[in-house]
Amino acid sequence: MRILYTDVLVIGGGLAGLRAAVGARRRGHDVIILSLVPAKRSHSAAAQGGMQASLGNTAKGEGDNEDVHFEDTVRGSDWGCDQAVARLFVHAAPQAVRELAAWGVPWNRVRAGEREVVMDGRRVTLSERPEAHGLIAARDFGGTKKWRTCYVSDGTGHAMLYAVSDKAVAEGIPVHERMEAIALIHEGGRCHGAVVRNLVTGELVAYVAKATCIATGGFGRIYRVTSNAVINEGIGAAIALETGAACLGNMEAVQFHPTTIFPAGILVTEGCRGDGGLLKDAAGHRFMPDYEPEKKELASRDVVSRRMEEHIRAGHGVKSRFGEHLWLDITLLGAAHIDGRLREVKEICRHFLGIDPARDFIPVRPAQHYSMGGIRTDARGEAHGLAGLFACGEAACWDLHGFNRLGGNSVAETVVAGMIVGENMADFVESPAGELQVSTALVREFLAAEQAKLDTLLQGNGSESATDIRRRMQDIMTDKVGIFRRGDLLTEAVDELQALLQRSRRIGVATRRPGSNPELVAAYRVQKMLKLALCVAYGALQRTESRGAHYREDHPRRDDANWLKRTLAGWSDPFQTLPSLAYEALDVRHMELPPGWRGYGARDAIEHPATAPRAAEIAAIREAFGHADRAIVQQALMPYEHLVPLRFRGHNARLGDAW
Amino acid sequence: MSTDTPRQLTLRILRSSPSEGIAPHWQDFHVEEAEGMTLFIALNEIRDTLDPSLQFDFVCRAGICGSCGMLIDGRPGLACRSLTRDFGPLITLAPLPVFALIGDLSVDTGSWMRGTAERLETWIHSRAEADLMAVEAPMVPELAEAIYELDRCIECGCCVAGCGTLRMREDFVGAVGLNKIARFRLDPRDERSDEDYYELIGDDNGVFGCMSLLGCHDVCPKGLPLQTQIAFLRRRMVAVGLK
Repeated sequence: MRILYTDVLVIGGGLAGLRAAVGARRRGHDVIILSLVPAKRSHSAAAQGGMQASLGNTAKGEGDNEDVHFEDTVRGSDWGCDQAVARLFVHAAPQAVRELAAWGVPWNRVRAGEREVVMDGRRVTLSERPEAHGLIAARDFGGTKKWRTCYVSDGTGHAMLYAVSDKAVAEGIPVHERMEAIALIHEGGRCHGAVVRNLVTGELVAYVAKATCIATGGFGRIYRVTSNAVINEGIGAAIALETGAACLGNMEAVQFHPTTIFPAGILVTEGCRGDGGLLKDAAGHRFMPDYEPEKKELASRDVVSRRMEEHIRAGHGVKSRFGEHLWLDITLLGAAHIDGRLREVKEICRHFLGIDPARDFIPVRPAQHYSMGGIRTDARGEAHGLAGLFACGEAACWDLHGFNRLGGNSVAETVVAGMIVGENMADFVESPAGELQVSTALVREFLAAEQAKLDTLLQGNGSESATDIRRRMQDIMTDKVGIFRRGDLLTEAVDELQALLQRSRRIGVATRRPGSNPELVAAYRVQKMLKLALCVAYGALQRTESRGAHYREDHPRRDDANWLKRTLAGWSDPFQTLPSLAYEALDVRHMELPPGWRGYGARDAIEHPATAPRAAEIAAIREAFGHADRAIVQQALMPYEHLVPLRFRGHNARLGDAW
Repeated sequence: MSTDTPRQLTLRILRSSPSEGIAPHWQDFHVEEAEGMTLFIALNEIRDTLDPSLQFDFVCRAGICGSCGMLIDGRPGLACRSLTRDFGPLITLAPLPVFALIGDLSVDTGSWMRGTAERLETWIHSRAEADLMAVEAPMVPELAEAIYELDRCIECGCCVAGCGTLRMREDFVGAVGLNKIARFRLDPRDERSDEDYYELIGDDNGVFGCMSLLGCHDVCPKGLPLQTQIAFLRRRMVAVGLK
């Protein structure tokens, strides 16, 4: 029995995990990162368009601040997010961008003077201020009032991941590559680390830690059509669920990105539309203004994806041998712009489609893209129900995004949550609660239990095929738990997924060799992925309203009166075939921004009885405080500063600040 | 094209399993070509339907993460974005040389690249701690773009696999390492001097070891300007050496 001890165990080597690890390390604690792949191969690298932070350096970003970013984020979430977390996030985001600048990210910079851009299909001249020359630039993205998305061409995630990964090397943090956590070690509501499988040798090792952090990203691969990398199978979220102590939040909140190339599902950035690209149909008609006169192509992703599918259903899709799609037209941006700002898009178009996006339209259709749901944590990033377990980034339901995440807010969340959770883990490790009290007998028990499960797959004479089960799961999710959802289809999906889960207990693995065994890996992962799929499908079936990315054709209105709450999915009995659902109310009486119209999309929400009184209360507070300091008004509206780790408190300076 | 009968492809794969002591040997797999088929699709089809034990590495499958470098008909390249239609009916696939073999097409680039990062200290060296509340220091826009040009390396290992020098000097830093030095040298936020860089690459395992065969430049999937960067660095390092 091999046991490794560390202060902090971080599971996942993407941006969130790396940044959390650096934070804890800088506070003097030993940290080990586990990663399925070399850290720089993590899916963070695929984030293209940029990261939102209200620096306000560009002409179109002037006047931006935390307040505007906060409101955009809450509206984007369709009032499903935790508003205190959103406040915490928008406060720390400018610091995160500036920290990354110091760590070497070559952010695109403002060039003073006039420049031509494309907005709403027309060429427009913007004039950048001389005093902003050389400061960090921003581009437009969907669902935002200001140009706020800081970027590095369209390789933003890559540049960020390399800077933070190299920072982790500089800090001497070991990354144990090709290591997969397959169970959490826990007892009495306290997490003690993880059982980890070496993907090269097949050996099981126990990593025992004072604090454990899951930062394994999303679970897009439960769908057939997804922009996600092949490693985004949600195993981190699944092992948290399997503890029976932690729970998953809002798993039915799944984002579909409007523009993935058809049919491969590879992402082309929202920056294409932010920079002026248009969506067109089979007739070459620009259709988004017909549906969304306010924000057009730059409404939030849930709205644009739905409108696109609606337009295809209305018979305006482009027919191809693989099915129907629409066009993304960025030809109007010009070759020079594409070569400089959209070069990954150009490479993807050339290699996968054989086209030049400066001359040809790009075939696109929405595909699964992002998991708003994940391990439910508090604002400090600690999991509900399991002390010593933290989560951050896409793996977590922190809950910044509610039912729809804004473009540019996820890669921002990775580093911001990493900054915050890194500090909070360090605090935890230094507190009495962080003391390690774990017996090796318990560790042995967990190791033995996991080995027994693997042995059953290898020697249990099971006859089911993991590949078949996995493919069927992915089909069900894409066909029945997609953009448009209906009670009858969701019921079918839940029934079929339960049957698959039962079949998955009888999977047999033919490859019996020691060491690397992709067949065995596929087998134990699909057992876990099915539980996630059931959390998504069953949560979606129960939620009889439409909110953000969760759209029920049979319940098309947002229902604040009954559904202003977060779904919590638990799995306490390993033999149950459905998650146990509970709900956590979002309290309108404490919201800084009570529910209303988002500024795009539907206007027919069913109001919560507390909304009008809270709106009146907020108006009264604003009236009473008049021109008082912003921080004082904030304290009266919705305090959040107590959630900000000490080192990140203070005022984010901007160009032209009066102070 | 769509009316033609699809081609029958043979993927000839160099198999091996060091953990079982199985020596490298070629094995042929037959798949029917589909429109838009990439090696990512073909290899997964083989694993799903013909041989579940086949090892290979893909992550993003979009040419961004650098996981799937392999020898495709003898030339290093990214399998995920290689369309089968660009190759003949027989495609040979072998793991990248130089890197430690895990099995079949899977190699350990991670340890190699981590070693490079530690050895060349590929991070910003700055004595000052940044004030995160303050407006950031400005940077010339063109310079930021020039740094990104070199920052686009995805550490796929194709340049390492295509390097003649590395066959003779196993401690050679390779084009990936030299490009990183060029990148940090260009970055004013890094306070290291040419003298510091000379300590890292001013010898035969560094920039003076390069034989200028420049296979690296030819095979780089990101089209990085490796040729000019190596030549430029060599000149700068000679200048330091002559001081």
